[in-house]
Amino acid sequence: MDPTQPNNGALSHIRICDFTGQLAGAGATRILAAFGAQVIRIEDRVTEGSWDILRGNGPFLDERRGNELGGAFNNHNIEKLGVTLNMRTPRARELLRELVSISDVVSENFSAGVMERWGFTYESMADIKSDIIYVSNSGFGHQGPYSSFKTWGPIVQAVSGLTFQSGLPDLPPAGWGFSFMDHTGGYFMAIAILLALYHRNRTGQGQWVDMSCTDAGATLNGPAILDYTVNGRPLRRPERPHSNRSEHPLMAPHGIYRCNGDDRWVSIAVRDDRDWLALCDVLGRDDWRDDERLGSVAGRRELHDLLDRGIEEWTGARDPKVVMEMLQAVGIPAAAVQWPEDRVAHDANTDAWGLFPEVEHKAMGRVRVDGVPIALSATPAEIRRGAGTLGQHNDYVFGELLGLGADEIAALAEEGVI
Amino acid sequence: MTEAIDGGALEGVRVLEVGGEIGAWCGKLLADMGATVVKVEPPGGDRTRSYEPFYQDEPGPERSLYFWHYNTSKKSLTLDLDAEAGLDLFRRLVAGADVVLDSHQPGHLADLGIGYEELRKVRPDLVMAAVSPFGQDGPYANYAMTDLTALAFGGPAWSCGYDDHDVPPVRGGGNQGYHTASHFAAIGILIALVHRQQTGVGQFLDVNMHAALNVTTEAGSYTYLVTQENVKRQTGRHASVRQTPPSQILGPGGRYLNVGFPARTEEQWIQLLAWLEDEGVVGDLQEYLSPPSRQALQAGDEAALEQLRKVSGAITAMAQDKDPYELFREAQTRGFQWGIVNAPEDVMEDPHFQARGFAVEVEHPELGASFRYPGAPYKLTRGGWAIRRRAPLLGEDTESVLGELGVSAGEVASLRASGVV
Repeated sequence: MDPTQPNNGALSHIRICDFTGQLAGAGATRILAAFGAQVIRIEDRVTEGSWDILRGNGPFLDERRGNELGGAFNNHNIEKLGVTLNMRTPRARELLRELVSISDVVSENFSAGVMERWGFTYESMADIKSDIIYVSNSGFGHQGPYSSFKTWGPIVQAVSGLTFQSGLPDLPPAGWGFSFMDHTGGYFMAIAILLALYHRNRTGQGQWVDMSCTDAGATLNGPAILDYTVNGRPLRRPERPHSNRSEHPLMAPHGIYRCNGDDRWVSIAVRDDRDWLALCDVLGRDDWRDDERLGSVAGRRELHDLLDRGIEEWTGARDPKVVMEMLQAVGIPAAAVQWPEDRVAHDANTDAWGLFPEVEHKAMGRVRVDGVPIALSATPAEIRRGAGTLGQHNDYVFGELLGLGADEIAALAEEGVI
Repeated sequence: MTEAIDGGALEGVRVLEVGGEIGAWCGKLLADMGATVVKVEPPGGDRTRSYEPFYQDEPGPERSLYFWHYNTSKKSLTLDLDAEAGLDLFRRLVAGADVVLDSHQPGHLADLGIGYEELRKVRPDLVMAAVSPFGQDGPYANYAMTDLTALAFGGPAWSCGYDDHDVPPVRGGGNQGYHTASHFAAIGILIALVHRQQTGVGQFLDVNMHAALNVTTEAGSYTYLVTQENVKRQTGRHASVRQTPPSQILGPGGRYLNVGFPARTEEQWIQLLAWLEDEGVVGDLQEYLSPPSRQALQAGDEAALEQLRKVSGAITAMAQDKDPYELFREAQTRGFQWGIVNAPEDVMEDPHFQARGFAVEVEHPELGASFRYPGAPYKLTRGGWAIRRRAPLLGEDTESVLGELGVSAGEVASLRASGVV
């Protein structure tokens, strides 16, 4: 898609001057870009954009390597424009001021203080454009004793309580196995940008938003936190956590069970007594159905280990998809633990949704990426263009948007400003 | 200690929330930002009022801490949507609403005659979001799902667990599947509202939890998309196609530290070795000197992995007689991306969260008490976040909400007598 062509996206009237990187920041503006916002992603040519460590890292499509070939970077930056500015130079800072003057939002996820050192604070940007929205997303926020601490997803997850919440008794925390809070920090950042845009449209006022990923992560443990602050019961206690079971709400049996095959598993959640009787029927366990101790969720919870063994005897001989279909047929929530291959290549729902679209990337070629899980009837998302390469859209942004002549742009490149 | 409550960014936005538990977090996100969110409950009460944990461990419709958390700042209206009079009142409410947030099974509201096609006749610029396990139609749309099964089928559980693959994959705790669906619902609703501000046009949003989780697996999906390889789960660290060294260290007192990549750059590597040497936990420094490159680690280079294991062993040795929390602070002060593994309750006592005023006090007047709740996920300096009221009592706002439609107190009483509200 040509950036000079108008798009019909819901946010096609919004321009974002974007310094985000990695996933926690880039993941926010990728969603807004998919819905039509013009996201101008600014990078440093001197370091070849390597502030974003994903740029030159795998996965790689083929044997080629380099800063324009990183698969994760492309995934997180679809539909954005690639622009370079050497912020060490006064002229680049002047160009940034011009970009701010025509933008709705400035977004970044640097460590606290980087933008200030270049002379860009909320106040200085509001002087350039009075209703500018400036959203900072950092690991620990701009205030508090850890504000200078460095993070990436697993550190945010550790400090916010999410890592601890994920695990089985008598074992270390399992944690998340990926940067859940980079994704989710990005979702919160997208929400914050949109909230500020809605507020601006309503009141004419811009603002600064200070987002801390660890604050955001800590809001995701509500019932466990209230059990502590209200009832005085900490989660750090014997036999806890046991996150394959369910306490909020109480369900039993509830778990992930071994199936036939190498590393094949199925998840089963018996929500209530109806599900329980249906499970007894499918498993042919009349003895369980007739056992008074198992007639209530509290009783089943008491004998959960025993039930787990009995269920696994049954699932262990079967394929997870077969178990899923047998239990779904009687209304019990059950689903295979899908491998990436199962979800991406052999899943009727993700296939019908068109969840993993293919984009065109200037250097990589055609490659598939994560899509968008929300379908808007009037303004659907569009994902066609891969991540911008370094400075790929300098001519468009400095020429078409800021009105610089071709000679001037060439000189800026020559002088190392862009 | 609560800050003065302003109107909030979404002041004036009227939301009707109906249905199950998948969308409740989205409703809270909007309500805490100032939207008027009316939770439409069946006269017997929302199902989640029976969810554990309970205040003082005694069940009761006003005692579920689960309900308390997910329904702050909302109003409660009871309405029987299986009764014609209830449907009529619902349509009248929609006429004055900006957003309907529905998380029933697909098709349920349409079967009742209050699907999007009907409701847009009442309110042409309505934004209606339907959150469901698999989207409104298509494969699996009518399958029963919970947070556990959604995280398993959608991908996150595959990446979570232990090096030992005889131990099952693990669901991350805390209903994060529902949260992820709700995050996309909130993003979609806000995009639609900003679009409506610009164009006056409303629309319908189909929010697919399974799809939302499929795009919330980081390397799980994009590695397969790019190289057709499957990542495999590892204890307390990123699932990976090739095994990586351990990243969690158990300190005294049973507290874990995440030391991730112990050092990211050559300079950091040297600083780390200097520190470990000061602590007397490295023997012959020469054995440690060459830092393992990222490329070598990604390629699974055995020598590079061995370097990391050695350093990890030295860090473990250093951790044995240090307070884990102090070690976390010291490492970070030295510039290393380490983290203390906090339990949810630790967060509420942690000095950083306290300095940021993360916890907020919420009054429960009928209990004569106030309790500390988790606070703001973001700090907007204008139109800010606040818990405007504790979760509503069942039907607490029925009279006032219906009163705005011109329904008198007497009429509400007779509706109550006939079980409509």
